[in-house]
Amino acid sequence: MFAQQLVNGLVVGAVYALIALGYTLVYGILQLINFAHGEIYMIGAYVGIAVLAVLGTMGLTQTSLALSIVLVFLIPMIYCAAYGITLERVAYRPLRGAPRLSPLISAIGMSLFLQNYVQVVQGARDKAFPNLLELGSFQLFGAYVNGLQIFILVLAVGLMAALQLFIKKTKLGKAMRATAQDRTMASLVGVNVNRVIAFTFAIGSVMAAVAGVMVGMYYGIVNHHIGFVAGMKAFTAAVLGGIGNVTGALLGGFLLALLESFWAGYVSAVYKDIFAFMVLVVVLIFRPEGILGGSGGEADRT
Amino acid sequence: MSAYARVPLIGLWFAFLALPLAGWRNSLWIGLGCALVVLIVSVARASVQSGYLAWPAGRVKAGFTTAWSFIEEKSYDKRYWSLFLLLVIALPWTLDRYSTDVLVITGIYIMLALGLNVVVGFAGLLDLGYVAFYAVGAYSYALLNSWYGLSFWPALGVGVACSALFGVILGIPVLRLRGDYLAIVTLGFGEIIRLVLNNWDNVTQGPNGILGIGRPYLGDMRLYKPMHFYYLVLALCVITIFIVNRLDKSRLGRAWAAMREDETVAECVGVNIVYTKLSAFAFGAAWAGFGGVVFSAKQTFISPESFTFFESVIILCMVVLGGMASIPGVMLGAFILTVLPEALRELTLFRPMLLGGAMVLMMVLRPQGLLQAKGGRHHLERDEPQGEAGAGR
Repeated sequence: MFAQQLVNGLVVGAVYALIALGYTLVYGILQLINFAHGEIYMIGAYVGIAVLAVLGTMGLTQTSLALSIVLVFLIPMIYCAAYGITLERVAYRPLRGAPRLSPLISAIGMSLFLQNYVQVVQGARDKAFPNLLELGSFQLFGAYVNGLQIFILVLAVGLMAALQLFIKKTKLGKAMRATAQDRTMASLVGVNVNRVIAFTFAIGSVMAAVAGVMVGMYYGIVNHHIGFVAGMKAFTAAVLGGIGNVTGALLGGFLLALLESFWAGYVSAVYKDIFAFMVLVVVLIFRPEGILGGSGGEADRT
Repeated sequence: MSAYARVPLIGLWFAFLALPLAGWRNSLWIGLGCALVVLIVSVARASVQSGYLAWPAGRVKAGFTTAWSFIEEKSYDKRYWSLFLLLVIALPWTLDRYSTDVLVITGIYIMLALGLNVVVGFAGLLDLGYVAFYAVGAYSYALLNSWYGLSFWPALGVGVACSALFGVILGIPVLRLRGDYLAIVTLGFGEIIRLVLNNWDNVTQGPNGILGIGRPYLGDMRLYKPMHFYYLVLALCVITIFIVNRLDKSRLGRAWAAMREDETVAECVGVNIVYTKLSAFAFGAAWAGFGGVVFSAKQTFISPESFTFFESVIILCMVVLGGMASIPGVMLGAFILTVLPEALRELTLFRPMLLGGAMVLMMVLRPQGLLQAKGGRHHLERDEPQGEAGAGR
């Protein structure tokens, strides 16, 4: 039981952590809760289904599995990046410098728009995510672990490591950190702030796309509501770890998912979602800066 | 020409975005539609700038502004209000049952929106879980009525008290939080209430909801027709408007405004933030409870489905669309957002989508809402004698 809940928690935690990255990166730079981020994740899953359908009719899923797996992740990543950039351009950039409530209301509007846009064009019913990877399962310390879970964990951890390296080592990553610390100062020393912000949205959305496709593969089913709850939980994870802090988002994602998984296993499966919301409320009230503290940038001064 | 060169590119971009979700045929239409909108906007802008249409455009704009500020001005004039009230009292005699019913719903939403306006507009605390208090009011009447046979009028008091209590219970832990963190906690609170109602089968009967809630009595008359509820809701609305209006002008109302503009400064000049914040939550929640009790008496059936996050967003949208902190504005917002969807029945599927788009547009183009609140910042400077800024301890 314990080992099984641990494995389940780790897999879900990888997904939460990937989505939480998007919240935390954007918050670090703009001090804005990108409320529509959960919808980007949901769109990622839907684009994954569309790609699989096209690949299926072309017969590529039979002939070249490796290529189709790459495409099933790559195309949603590109699409979600495009959605993220458009979202920023349409709903957030015109409101920069407005009172803090305005972008939040605009974000809620955007979330509502995207969710219902998908409902209109894709229908309100659940969509099946075709099974692509047929991997066996094995037993480890009394827990059933299947290949897909390993695949998800490895891919997620790999991506997180790549993102950390990117932020620490590259020039663009440095520009992102500079913008997070002080936007005006960064623009004075020659950072193209608008481009950096657009890029931040793109990176967050790419991570969300991967999470969306993973969840589609893992549960085999997708609907247009998944963005709201997953978004809330990922936001909880980001706050738990310390919003604006990339390592914190990862820590928070895994921690929240493990707590939730043990709660579901040992206490009550019905009240699982309530538990996540309770964690959010309790963390925000007692330690709003999260476990690792904030980004050290403007977010801390508000 | 660069403004026009963008047009096909923007069309292509949105077509590209829509492609995997909407299919190629719809994407083509979406792309064309976006391009057309951008084209019209840039043609209009360019012709105004280049002076072609500057004069007529200027006249139209000036005329519109004058007319609108006339409406804005008059919407605060008491004489027009009594005229309006007479009109509203006579209105249901000219309407059929269905339209009257729609107006009853509108009235309930006006109460809710005015209540949320106390929290969001007056006190500047963004509450995304407002529907939770509405649910508390509705369920307190439904449960007390079906278990203990409590009748409507005492339940109205109990429901309001319960909601206000919940408002304070939510308010105490979030005293320290500001801005968007507060918004998220209230959202979490709203979801917790809904999930509890949905899962606590023994008491609330879960997703099945509660059936056969009793109708109110006025003396010996049983109120069940839309017409009866129309006058009930109208009376409650008038009371709500009166009290909210008085609140806005009271010492407490000025303390709310001070807290909204700058919490730290307000505290420095002697506003008791704890009391001021909690009273905002309690007053806001009380009206949600009011609306909730009336709603369950009118529907005679309630289930958790009526109290989703979407409902909170709609009420917030009424406040934002109409104009935060402006009482006529909020009423107008509530009216538009309940009557318009009824008029556009065929577009039900698109309704939430359009609502979301409208919220974004409103924030970008006219963040102060349709009818701007009177005074705003100056209100404080003008009315406040020195050394008496806000509620005492």
